[in-house]
Amino acid sequence: MSEFLKYPGESSNDALSPEGKAQAHTRRVFLFKLAVGLNAVVGAVLAVPLIGYLLGPASKKKSDVGSWISIGAVSDFPVGQTRLAEFRSPVAVFDDGETAKVSCWVRRVSEQTFQVFAINCAHLGCPVRWFSESKLFLCPCHGGAYYEDGSRASGPPERGLFEYAYKIAGNSLVIHAGNMPTLATQASCKEKPLVKIAPATAEARSTTWEG
Amino acid sequence: MGRLKESGIAAYEWLEHRLGLIKPISEAAAHPTPSNNASWWYVFGSAATVLLILQVMTGILLALIYSPSANEAWTSLNFLNHNIALGWYVRALHGWGSDFMIAIVLIHMVQVFLFGAYKFPRELTWIVGVGLLLMTLGMAFTGQVMRFDQDAYWGLGIGASIVSRVPFVGAQLVHLVLGGPIIGGATLSRFFTLHVFVIPGMLLAGVGVHVWMVLRHGVSDWPMPGRLVRKSTYEREYHELVEKTGMPFVPDAAWKDAVFAAAILFAVMACALFFGPFGPSGQPDPTIIQTAPKPDFFFLWIYAVLAFLPPQLETPVLLIVPVVTIAALKLLPIFASEGERHWSRRPVAVLTVTVIAVTLGIFTRLGTYTPWSPVMDAWSSDAVPVKYMQNRTPLERQGAMVLQDKQCRNCHELDGAGGQRGPALDSVATRLTEDQIVRQVLQGGGNMPAYGNALNPSETKALVSFLMTLRGNDLQPAIDASRELTRTSEVEQQKSQGAAWGPKGTPTPAQKQ
Repeated sequence: MSEFLKYPGESSNDALSPEGKAQAHTRRVFLFKLAVGLNAVVGAVLAVPLIGYLLGPASKKKSDVGSWISIGAVSDFPVGQTRLAEFRSPVAVFDDGETAKVSCWVRRVSEQTFQVFAINCAHLGCPVRWFSESKLFLCPCHGGAYYEDGSRASGPPERGLFEYAYKIAGNSLVIHAGNMPTLATQASCKEKPLVKIAPATAEARSTTWEG
Repeated sequence: MGRLKESGIAAYEWLEHRLGLIKPISEAAAHPTPSNNASWWYVFGSAATVLLILQVMTGILLALIYSPSANEAWTSLNFLNHNIALGWYVRALHGWGSDFMIAIVLIHMVQVFLFGAYKFPRELTWIVGVGLLLMTLGMAFTGQVMRFDQDAYWGLGIGASIVSRVPFVGAQLVHLVLGGPIIGGATLSRFFTLHVFVIPGMLLAGVGVHVWMVLRHGVSDWPMPGRLVRKSTYEREYHELVEKTGMPFVPDAAWKDAVFAAAILFAVMACALFFGPFGPSGQPDPTIIQTAPKPDFFFLWIYAVLAFLPPQLETPVLLIVPVVTIAALKLLPIFASEGERHWSRRPVAVLTVTVIAVTLGIFTRLGTYTPWSPVMDAWSSDAVPVKYMQNRTPLERQGAMVLQDKQCRNCHELDGAGGQRGPALDSVATRLTEDQIVRQVLQGGGNMPAYGNALNPSETKALVSFLMTLRGNDLQPAIDASRELTRTSEVEQQKSQGAAWGPKGTPTPAQKQ
């Protein structure tokens, strides 16, 4: 109770009998509790849409995000080589600016087979770089290394590079892009086994100086 | 003069009669404090508060120009640096103020810990203080995002990748942190909201509660060995001490706070003036991949730890250790609320601080030069030292070319130049035999990728013969002791056939000269 009003009922009418004061008091306490309850209800009704607004980005199913997008003509990617491609994220919005741009590594395995790797290291998302001579992707942040087929070679990553699903539409290479690839929001869900050494193929061998 | 004074007093009384705050505040400022804590060791808390005020003021000034949009943030920072008069200086003050604030908050925390000042009745002051430290670090991290450059962009990627490791709700959390499926405008906006509204609001409220409790319980007295804190007696003893030796906090103790605060502000200004603002580095364009992102100084140790965790331990460590650490810090005063306060009687406390400080120092130092990262351009920038080419056979020289072409230098040093991810190769032949080098190169292992697919047999042969010449200062080559044993017995047997298999072609140093 307030220290200024020792008895909450007393200010209203000093002429009231003690019973009357008590009655008035209980009525006001009841009305106050009712008002608190009313505010709790109104607050809840107010809070639900606000929390919905706040959690909005989390409510989308990860499979809903993204769409198919062309990253260039098939002929831009010579067989046996790995090249950098760029595209504008199909999920970009009005104020994304240059952060809407995305890079990916395209490896053309054969005429009809590709591998399209996310630029993001499977460890912590830094941009991996392709080294054609040692046939490795290396990450500048913590030294994650991947073989040319994207499988893990060494370093802190626990899996291979993330791969985009692709298809060939006419003369264009089309990939499915949406989420920034992370362990929870992979570009595609193809798990890469921990391969130490891939079977050697004669075509893959370099002949730089052998003559 | 007398009339002026009278009207001044009248104005004060008019105001105070209506406001009612000036008298209680000046009484609180002049509250008596034990004379033994009027020490230079007790100045860090007030200095942190002064730095917080500096950060709020410079932050407001920056917000006059800064544009929290992914489209414009980077440009507006450069505009602040180059086009707005003294914009660079305000950015520098804000950046250096942030570093100083974290440092002072940490020092304040260590001082309170070592002085046992978190014990009864100041447990809650410590718990709130731990929250203030976390919010200060939160301000530093979100502030790094405000500097919307390459480091900020990829730093957000690291943050999202860490969050994505949370089981079950990882994807939802990533979307919640980024504000959408990618790092973009929504991400910057929400970090701006955190940096400018949410965390500062909590921080200021927390500081208010923290300072209120300092006033309520008094500044802790200087710890004495053997003077134990007991819940039943401490408050009475403290009040007796105040009655016996008390002096007004303002001005008798606070002058040291004021001098130190001025010195710290002066240091911030000097750093801002001489070293200038931080960044921004390259524009936040994710297609510019020629970058090696790095966090700000106070997060370098985390960056280093992330390089050393084994893959299978990383997710558990990332998700469990921070929770346990924060819980331990928060619960510390609950479980250690009584007893010795003086550091000379608390060896475990001193040891804990020392170990943590040394560990953080080492990881921070490692974070400054990232020995675990490949040097991406080492293969095309550092030539094989001439001394390693002299008196070598054509095959060995060809091997040096293979070493260079195949980018071995990105991870391996030769004569101090190159990456430090793998061991330096200057004396590799004294550690590995020819067979072991062949196996290591082709199959990898021990954190080295396998090069079986990247090298053809003749390249391998040349590379290995070059590596076999690298024996430091003509040290003995590594030998396989078991090989010698088997060979002597085999040689005996097979002398007639003349087909002993082994590294007989390896020249000895004498042959080379």
